Amino acid sequence: MDTLIRDRSPMTFDGVDPAPKSRISIKNLDFFYGDFKALKSINLDLPENRVTAFIGPSGCGKSTLLRVLNRMYDLYPKQTATGEVLLDGENILGKKVDLNRLRAKVGMVFQKPTPFPMTIHENIAFGLRLANYAKSEIDDRVQAALKGAALWDEVKDKLQSSGQSLSGGQQQRLCVARTIAVEPEVILLDEPASALDPISTGKLEETIHQLKEQFTIAIVTHNMQQASRVSDRTAFMYLGELIEEGETAQIFTRPRVERTSDYITGRFG
Amino acid sequence: MASMTRRKTINAVMMTLSTGAAALGLFVLAVILLYLLYKGASALNLSVFTQDTPSPMEPGGLRNAILGSVIMSAIAVAIGTPIGILAGTYMAEYGRYAKLSKVIRFVNDILLSAPSIIVGLFVYQVLVVSLGHFSALAGSVALAILVIPIVVRTTEDMLRLVPDQLREAGLAMGWPRWIVIRTVAYKAAMAGIVTGVLLAIARISGETAPLLFTALSNNFFSLDLTQPMASLPITIFQFALSPYDNWQALAWAGALLITVAVLALAIVARLVTSKKEKH
Repeated sequence: MDTLIRDRSPMTFDGVDPAPKSRISIKNLDFFYGDFKALKSINLDLPENRVTAFIGPSGCGKSTLLRVLNRMYDLYPKQTATGEVLLDGENILGKKVDLNRLRAKVGMVFQKPTPFPMTIHENIAFGLRLANYAKSEIDDRVQAALKGAALWDEVKDKLQSSGQSLSGGQQQRLCVARTIAVEPEVILLDEPASALDPISTGKLEETIHQLKEQFTIAIVTHNMQQASRVSDRTAFMYLGELIEEGETAQIFTRPRVERTSDYITGRFG
Repeated sequence: MASMTRRKTINAVMMTLSTGAAALGLFVLAVILLYLLYKGASALNLSVFTQDTPSPMEPGGLRNAILGSVIMSAIAVAIGTPIGILAGTYMAEYGRYAKLSKVIRFVNDILLSAPSIIVGLFVYQVLVVSLGHFSALAGSVALAILVIPIVVRTTEDMLRLVPDQLREAGLAMGWPRWIVIRTVAYKAAMAGIVTGVLLAIARISGETAPLLFTALSNNFFSLDLTQPMASLPITIFQFALSPYDNWQALAWAGALLITVAVLALAIVARLVTSKKEKH
C-alpha cells in the first residue's frame, strides 16, 4: 500500500501521463536463502509498457527480486519466497503454477550472454517451434525478432553460423531476440550490459527503448546513468529493502530518502 | 649469493629427478609396446582375420575371437551406455541436490573400482548358473556392468561442467526441463560423454576375468548369443599359457590387436575432446 501512495505524487508534479495499470504486483514479498533473509517485505507494482530499473549496491537483493519474478530460484534448494506476486491476477508463487508457462510469459536476459550451442537462426527458431508457432511463420518471426533486437543487419547474411561465433554485444542482442520472439508479456533484464562495451551498450539501450512499446520491462543495473537513460521508473534497494520507488526523473533529481540521494550521488555503494 | 646457488642446485636436482622418473615410465611403456610390436607383427597375417582358432600345431587365425570380442563389447555398450547416461543425467540434473544422488555416487564409485572378477562371479551366479550354461549374453552383461559406472561418472562430471547460466537461459525461455537437458546440456557435454563411452569400450576390450565365468570361450565360429563365445582376451590367456608355438604366436597377434584397438580408441577420444576445446 505504501508504494501506491509513493506512486501518485511524482506523476502529479512531473505532469507526465498517469502510470498505466500494473502488470506485476509484488505484495509483502520476503525471500530467503536458507536462513538468510535477502528480501524484506517488498511492495511494488511494475506498470505495463514501462521500464522499471532496479538500482542499489551489490547484495541489495535486486537480482534476487528479478529471479523471483520468473521463479528462477526454484531450481535451487533452500531458496524460498513468501508473500504474493500477482501476474494477470494470479499469484505466481503458488505451488500449482506451471513454471514453463510462467517463464514463457516472463522472459529473461542474463548478465552474461548465453547463446545456445546452435546456429543464430536456430537460437530463435527452436523456441518458436517449441511454442507451437506455425512452421510457415517461423522465418518471418526470426527476422522480426532480430530486427526488434537491432541485430538483423549484422547477421542477415550468416544466419546459419553458430550463435557463439558472434561478439559479446551481438550475443546479448541475440538473447534479447530469442526472448522477444516468443512474445512474453514481461522481460527481465539482469545487468544485461555489464559485459558489453559502450557501443554495444548503446545499441542495447536503444533496443530496450523500443521494446517497451510492446512489453513490460524490469532491468537490474549497476550503472546509474544507464538507469536514468533507459527507465521510466526506478526502484532503489538497500540491504534487501525497497527504500524508494518512483518516476526515474524524480528519483534522480529529488529523491525523498537521504540514503537514495547518498547512493545516486556516489557517497556510498 | 650463496642461497641463490643453493636454490639453483636444488632446482637442477629436482628437475633431473622428475625428468628421470618421467623418462623411466615412458621407457618401460616403449619397451612393452616395441616388444609387442616385434612379436605381434611377425605373427600377424591375413589368416589371423579369416580363419578361426586352430587346434595345436595347425594353421589358423583369430576370426571367431575377434568377432566374439566385437559382438560382446557392442552389446555391453548398447546395454551399459543408456543406463549410464540416464543415471548420470539424474545425478547432475534432476537429482542434483537429492540424497539419492549422493548414495548412487558412493555406490557407483565402489562399482568403478570393484575387481572385475567379482563382477564375473556375480553374473555367473545370476545368469550362468540359473540358465545352466555359459553364454555370450552373460559375457555381455558382465561387461555392461563394467561400462555403467564409467559412463555414469563421466556423464555426471561432464554435465556438471555445463554452466548453470546456460541451463537457466533455457529454462527462462519456458522450455521443459528435458528439452533444456537435451538441447543445451547434452550438446555442451557431448564430447565429454562420448569420450567416457570410448574409454569404457577401451576398458572392457581387454577384460578377461568377467568373461572367464560367463562367456567362457569357444574354439569354433559361433554367433549364437545363448552359447559360449570366444573372445580375444580369453584366447590370449589360453594360447599364451600353452606350450604350442603357433598358439603362442596367435596370442602375440591378439595382444597386438587389442593394444592397437585401445590405442586407436584413446586417440579418437582425444580428438573428440580437443575438437570440443577448440570450439
